[in-house]
Amino acid sequence: MSATDLTRLTAADLAGRLAAGEVSSVEATQAHLDRIAAVDGAVHAFLHVDAEGALATARDVDARRAAGEDLHALAGVPIAVKDIVVTRGLPTTAGSRILEGWLPPYDATITTRLREAGLPILGKTNMDEFAMGSSTEHSAFGNTHNPWDLDRIPGGSGGGSAAAVAAYEAPLAIGTDTGGSIRQPGAVTGTVGVKPTYGGVSRYGLIALASSLDQAGPVTRTVLDSALLHEVIGGHDPRDSTSIPEPLPALVDAARRGASGDLTGVRVGVVTELGGEGYQAGVRARFEESLELLRGAGAEIVEVSCPHFTYALGAYYLILPSEASSNLAKFDGMRFGLRVEPTDGPATAERVMAATRGAGFGDEVKRRIILGTYALSAGYYDAYYGSAQKVRTLIQRDFAAAFAQADVLVSPTAPTTAFRLGEKLDDPLAMYLNDVATIPANLAGVPGMSVPNGLSDDGLPVGLQILAPAKADDRLYRVGAALETLLEKTWGAPLLSRAPELETA
Amino acid sequence: MSTISRDEVARVAGLARIDLTSDELDRLAGELDVIVDAVARVGEVATPDVPATSHPLPMTNVFREDVPEPSLVVDEILAAAPAAEGGRFVVPQILEED
Repeated sequence: MSATDLTRLTAADLAGRLAAGEVSSVEATQAHLDRIAAVDGAVHAFLHVDAEGALATARDVDARRAAGEDLHALAGVPIAVKDIVVTRGLPTTAGSRILEGWLPPYDATITTRLREAGLPILGKTNMDEFAMGSSTEHSAFGNTHNPWDLDRIPGGSGGGSAAAVAAYEAPLAIGTDTGGSIRQPGAVTGTVGVKPTYGGVSRYGLIALASSLDQAGPVTRTVLDSALLHEVIGGHDPRDSTSIPEPLPALVDAARRGASGDLTGVRVGVVTELGGEGYQAGVRARFEESLELLRGAGAEIVEVSCPHFTYALGAYYLILPSEASSNLAKFDGMRFGLRVEPTDGPATAERVMAATRGAGFGDEVKRRIILGTYALSAGYYDAYYGSAQKVRTLIQRDFAAAFAQADVLVSPTAPTTAFRLGEKLDDPLAMYLNDVATIPANLAGVPGMSVPNGLSDDGLPVGLQILAPAKADDRLYRVGAALETLLEKTWGAPLLSRAPELETA
Repeated sequence: MSTISRDEVARVAGLARIDLTSDELDRLAGELDVIVDAVARVGEVATPDVPATSHPLPMTNVFREDVPEPSLVVDEILAAAPAAEGGRFVVPQILEED
């Protein structure tokens, strides 16, 4: 089999061939490194590629397999990791100048689990600085380009992970989702992304943005691949005090069951507030077609109203900056990262901290830290942060009522397809609206998935979002896999096969 | 509802310990005004009878067994610090001289 072909396989397929001894992990890993060398100049999904480390893991897996060792199902399947996940000895910047050149002295729990399962880590992927953004344009290290159209954004903050998977540079990637940073990039790149239930995947070793919202999850090309990866990284971790102390539901089983395409008896709720005005016509059309497919598969479609979702964006842009302003206080120029001394006057710790942060943080990070500091400051706390926390309660109540009527909820993942690089950079509020449909899940802690469900009138990919109650992530996989099967039957091939071939260097 | 002046941005930036240029202050004052106006809508439904939620899934304190665990490697940590000496971080002076 040629090297090009290995990069086109799903992770599940590649894992099967590795287990059968048809290909080695070194061959598979090298094929992806070659692909990165060929296309990443144009895509720029990676901030750092670790060829040596990935091949060393691959060689180790191959040797252990040859020795007859019992290996993890995904052993030897290479993966890309978002640069917000710390990796011991591998540069980790979170897309920020303030961490340029930093080598973490420890591994995140996710990293540890990937290493234990034997997945070669190809490198670290580009992102909006500290995950603040919806286009990856706020990275301090340049834009990532959407493989469907290199002049367009790949979504964000995890644009690098989504683009890497969409461009066949990696079969699997890790993302993090604070308000949509896994799901929205999935939608605009024609890939699958899952935000697990809050507490379902350990946050230990993620560079925190907003601790009560952040959740890491899988970025893949198929629903089954997401389930396989989710089972590697998920489950209780004593190092994260918000980690759910229970086993994960059977996610891979749910994906396999869903792939039969039968949804008899499943109640699918359409959220009134997440659609209609503000959503591109092509996005709405694909959504309606997907609903018809679900109905045809035996699902019962019901309309549900979540009246407080219209306040979610406001609550989110108070809670997130507030938590971020606290979390990012650790970037003080003392123990790690950049240190900048003031140009004049005494170099006191306080003045060094201010000079360091002034020089090291980008525009969006400064904007949100200052917004958060303002929302938490004396005299404003009750009106802003306090009110936002109450809205969070109301949104949770909306979800509870909706899930009494439906097993899963669905909506378009994002209101539009990928916009042009630079188009919304000068209008923060317009940028924030990209996450209007994904934010409620983070505020309530419930799991969500984006599945590619067609191309809009502009020929660019569209995603459908599925939401489930907390700890019922298996429902996402059942419904997601069913929809994927039904859609691919109508298309005759995966959506990504319709993306233009990238020129190879 | 809000009008965030340039002086107010400068005051908050001081609290957040971020040096801003004059251009940044001008731009942020305008932008924050727009953003705060948009998010202030939360006040419409945040009535006194609604309890606040700080965490998506309710959890009580989480403890672990009181047993020693390996610490991080000191040399690796100090190698990543802006300045270190004799096994410690070197930091700027903490107090202003008078």
